[in-house]
Amino acid sequence: MEISAVNDDQVEILLTDLLEQYGYDFTGYSKASLKRRVNRLYTLDKSLSFAEFRYKVNNDPLYFKRFVEQITVNVTEMFRDPQFFKTLREQVLPQLGTYPFIRIWLAGCSTGEEAYSISILLKELNLLHKSLIYATDLNPTVLEKAAQGMFALSQMKQYSENYIAAGGTQDFSSYYSANYSLAKFDDELKSKIIFSTHNLVSDHSFNEFQLILCRNVLIYFDRDLQNKVLELFDDSLEDLGYLALGTKETIEFSDIHKQYKRLPANKIWRKQR
Amino acid sequence: MKKCKAFIIGGSAGSLEVLLKVLPALDPSLSFPIVIVIHRKHGADSLLPGLLSSRTAMPVKEVDEKEMMVPGSIYIAPSDYHLLIEMDCTFSLDYSEKVNYSRPAIDVTFQTAAEALKEELVCLLLSGSNADGVNGLATVKQWGGIAVIQDPDSAQVAYMPEQARKNVQIDRILRIEEIAAFINLLS
Repeated sequence: MEISAVNDDQVEILLTDLLEQYGYDFTGYSKASLKRRVNRLYTLDKSLSFAEFRYKVNNDPLYFKRFVEQITVNVTEMFRDPQFFKTLREQVLPQLGTYPFIRIWLAGCSTGEEAYSISILLKELNLLHKSLIYATDLNPTVLEKAAQGMFALSQMKQYSENYIAAGGTQDFSSYYSANYSLAKFDDELKSKIIFSTHNLVSDHSFNEFQLILCRNVLIYFDRDLQNKVLELFDDSLEDLGYLALGTKETIEFSDIHKQYKRLPANKIWRKQR
Repeated sequence: MKKCKAFIIGGSAGSLEVLLKVLPALDPSLSFPIVIVIHRKHGADSLLPGLLSSRTAMPVKEVDEKEMMVPGSIYIAPSDYHLLIEMDCTFSLDYSEKVNYSRPAIDVTFQTAAEALKEELVCLLLSGSNADGVNGLATVKQWGGIAVIQDPDSAQVAYMPEQARKNVQIDRILRIEEIAAFINLLS
C-alpha cells in the first residue's frame, strides 16, 4: 500500500464534516482503525482526489450512508467465542429466568448474528416467550439485513460447530431453511427481537435491562468514549444485571468498575446492589 | 537510524521455531518493546504466551486493547484480531475483514506502526507461506523505518521472506543465528 491516500488531517476534516453535516460523531473513535477504514474505502471506490471524496460524502446522501457503513466494522458471526455463549446458557440466562420478564440490550448488533444466537439460547431454555431483545446499531442498513434473518449458507458449518461448542445439543440446521445460497432463520426466533437504530456516542439510555451485551464495539473507541459508553450502560442496567463485553475488552479502567463483580474467567460483570 | 522504539516480528508457517531459538538469546533489558504477530488458528491462543515466556526472562503477554507499549516487554497479537499501533504508541484491536486471508494480518500491524513510529521502527519478516507482511514492509520503508527479513534459505517456508526480497528494498537479511545479536545491538 502507498503512503496513506487520506492523511490524518484529512481524516479529521471528514470527521468534522460528519458531525456538522449529519450529527454523527466519530471523533472519539480509535484513530488507527478509522484511518485504515477511510483509506480502504477511498481506494475501493477509486476516488480521484480527496476533494472529490469529501464532496461526495457531504453532498450525496446515498454515498454518506455507504461511508458510515464502510468505516464502521460490521464483521460478526453466530456463537462467536463459544465459551462465552456457554456461560450465558449455563449461568447468566438461567439466573435471569427467575424474573417474570427478561429485557436484553444487544448494543452494536450489526447484521444480527448474535441476536439470533441469543434467541436460540432463550428458546432452548424455554425463556423466549417472556424475553425481549433490543438489538441496536447506528447503521440502518445493517439493521435491515438483520431483520431479514438470512445468512450465508456457506457459514452454517462453522456456526453449527460454534453452537455445539457452546453447549448446543439440537440439530442446528433445524433452526433455518436453506434457500439457494442463504439460510433463512425461523421467524419465531426474531419474534422477540426489536431491531432499532441507536448511536452509543450520542443517544441516551432508553430502558432498563437485566443483561447488556456489547462485544467488540468498545475496541473501536478511545478511553474517554469507552468510559462514557460504560456509564450509559450502567444507567441502563438494573441492580444485579449483567454486562457482557468482548474477550479483549474490560471495564477495569472505568469509573463504574467498583460497583461490578466479574464472573471468573469471563468478560461478564454483574452489577452489585 | 534513530533510536529503535519498537521491534515488530511477523511470521507464519515455520516461524515459531525461529522465535523459540531467538528469544533465549535476547538481552532482557532491551530499550524497546518487541511485538510479535504470527498467524495461528483461532482458539489456540492460550498456549503461545506460555510457550514463549518459558524461553525468556522478559515479560510476555497478549496485547490488551489501548495498552501502552513498555520497553523490555514482549507483546503477542491476540488470535482473530488485527493489531494496530496508534500514533501515541498504544495498541488497538480491530475485528475487521481478514487481510491476506489472515487475522491478525502482519500487513496491518506493520503499516500502522510505520506511520506511528516512522524511522524509529524495525520490522522483521520470518518464514511463511503467503505474502502477508510484504506490503507492510514496503510501507515501513516509505516512512523511513528499517525492513529486515529472515534469510529465505534458512526459512522452513521461504515464500514469505522471498516475496519481500523480490518486492521491497530490504535493509538486512539475517540467518536464524544472527537475529538475536542484531536485535540486541539496536538497544
